[in-house]
Amino acid sequence: MSIDKQDVQKIAHLARLALTEEDADQYQHSLSSVLSLVEQMQSVNTDGVEPLSNPLEMTQRLREDKVTEENRRDAFLANAPKTDAGLFLVPQVIE
Amino acid sequence: MNWEVVIGLEIHTQLSTKSKLFSGAAVGFGAEPNTQTTLVDLGMPGALPVFNKEALRMAVMFGHAINAEIGMTSVFARKNYFYPDLPKGYQTSQMDHPIVGKGYLDVTLEDGTTSRVGITRAHLEEDAGKSLHEDFHGMTGIDLNRSSTPLLEIVSEPDIRSAKEAVAYVKMIHSIVTYLGICDGNMAEGSMRCDINLSLRPKGQQEYGTRTEIKNVNSFRFIEKAIYTEIERQADILEDGGRIIQETRLYDPEKNETRSMRSKEDANDYRYFPCPDLLPIVLTQEYVDDIKATLPELPSQKAARFQSEYSLSEYDAHVLSSSRAMAEYFENAQSVVKDAKLTANWAMGELSKLLNQEQIDIDQSPVNAIAFGELLVRIKDNTINGKTAKDVLQAMWQGEGSADDIIEAKGLKQVTDTGAIEAMIQGILDANTAQVEQFRAADEDKQKKMIGFFVGQVMKASQGKANPGMVNPILAKMLKG
Repeated sequence: MSIDKQDVQKIAHLARLALTEEDADQYQHSLSSVLSLVEQMQSVNTDGVEPLSNPLEMTQRLREDKVTEENRRDAFLANAPKTDAGLFLVPQVIE
Repeated sequence: MNWEVVIGLEIHTQLSTKSKLFSGAAVGFGAEPNTQTTLVDLGMPGALPVFNKEALRMAVMFGHAINAEIGMTSVFARKNYFYPDLPKGYQTSQMDHPIVGKGYLDVTLEDGTTSRVGITRAHLEEDAGKSLHEDFHGMTGIDLNRSSTPLLEIVSEPDIRSAKEAVAYVKMIHSIVTYLGICDGNMAEGSMRCDINLSLRPKGQQEYGTRTEIKNVNSFRFIEKAIYTEIERQADILEDGGRIIQETRLYDPEKNETRSMRSKEDANDYRYFPCPDLLPIVLTQEYVDDIKATLPELPSQKAARFQSEYSLSEYDAHVLSSSRAMAEYFENAQSVVKDAKLTANWAMGELSKLLNQEQIDIDQSPVNAIAFGELLVRIKDNTINGKTAKDVLQAMWQGEGSADDIIEAKGLKQVTDTGAIEAMIQGILDANTAQVEQFRAADEDKQKKMIGFFVGQVMKASQGKANPGMVNPILAKMLKG
C-alpha cells in the first residue's frame, strides 16, 4: 500500500502542518511503510473479536458533579500573546 | 411535480449539570468571558479530562424516556478539526458506541394524528467555546466559558415528512428533557439547538434525494420557517432540472432564507478515533434499572392520565401536559375547584392569554395555582359569572388580593335573589315600554332575537352582576306579561 504526494499534502493540511517538497517526499515514504504494516495486520482473521478502544483493562472513573475550580482568568490570559476585555484574541476567522 | 420532503433532525441539548463534562469549572450562561474555564477546557498540554457522573445519569434517563437501548459500554471518541474556539483541536464526542442507542417517540400533531419518529442514537459530547467577531480591530475574540459544557446530541431517523411534524417532534423532545429536569430548555440562550437535514424526492420514489444540512436553528418558529424556505429552494432547483449540492447551510431569520456555509467538497474530514484519555464507560444493569425507577411521569403518560382521570379531550390533555409547570399548575388548581373542564378552559384561555401578553412562563405567574382555583370556585358556585371573573383575574394579576377579597371589596357578588332580579327587570320594562309593545306584537321567532336587547339592559343595569342563568327565565316570563 502506498500513498501519493497529494494524500500527504491533504493529511498535512488536516493537521495544519506546512510541508516542504522534501518533507513531503519523506513522509510519503514513511507513511506508506506504516500503511504496509497496517495492511499486513489486516490479514489476521478478527471474526468475533470486539474492537478494542483502550488497551487498559479498566473502566472510566467518574467525578462528582461539583464545581471545584475557581476563576483563574488572569493567569490563563497571561499566557496569551494578545487579549482584550477578558477574551483571547486570534487572527480573524470569518471573511 | 409532487415532492415528498424527508427530514432528519439533530438536536443538541445542554445538560443542566453544575460543572462541566470533563472539568470542575462552573457551567452557566452570561458569566464574564473566560471566568469559567480550567486547564482542561483551555486544552493545555497534559491536562486530563475526568468524566462527570451526573451527565451520565442524565443521558441514561433520556434513553429510558425514548424507549431506547442503553449503551452498556460506551466510548468517547475524538472528532478532529481546527477552529480557535476549540483549542484542543478535537471535540470529545462519541461515535461507534454512544450512551443511548436506538429508540423512538410517538409524536402527536395539531390535528390529533400520531406518527412515530425513530431516534438513531443520542450521544454525549462537549460544547466548544464562542468566537466573537466584532470590535477587535480585525481580530476574533475567544470566550471559552462554554467549552466542555455537556451536550446530549439526539439524532433522529429521516422519518419526518413535514415542517409541522418536525416542530411537533422538537417540542416533544423539549418537553421530555424539561420534564426530566436534564435541560433548562432555554432555546434563546442556546440550551437547545437544532440541525435540520432535508431532502426532496418525487412522491412514491424509494431512494432519498441529495440533502442539505441547516445548522444551529434555535427556535420552534425558525425551525418551521427554515424548513419551508429550504423546501421551496430545493423544489425550485429540481423543477428547473438542476441538482441539489450536498452542503451545510445557515438560516437567516431576517431575510427568511437559507444560504450556503460550506459544501461537502471542502467539508471536514473528522478522523474519529477512540479518545485515549478516557476509558470505556461500563454500566451495570442495576445502575440502569435504578435510574429507570426514578423517571417522573412523562408528558405522553400525563396526557393519557388527564384524559382518563379528568375526562379532558385529547387536545386539552396534550396542551396542558406539554409543560411540566403548566401540568402542575392545572392539577393544583383543579384540586381546589374539583372541576377539570372549567379549570382546563380557564388555564388554556384567560390565564394563557395573560401569560402571553406579558411573555412570561406559567411558573412566573403572579397568580398562583391555588389562588386561581379559588377564583374558579366562585364561578362554579355562582358567586360571580364568567365575565366578572375575567375582571377579578385581572385585579388578582395586579396584586390586589385574593378572589374573595376583590369580589368583596368591589361588590362584585352576583345577584341571585329572585326578588331583586324581578325588581330590576320591572325597572327595565317600565323604562322601555315601546320595545315591550313591539316584543309582545312579534311572532315567536322574532321574539327570540329581540330578547337579547332586554338581557343586555338587565346585565348593564346590574353591572354584570345578575346571574344570567336566572335572568333569562324570569325575563321571558315577565315579558309575556
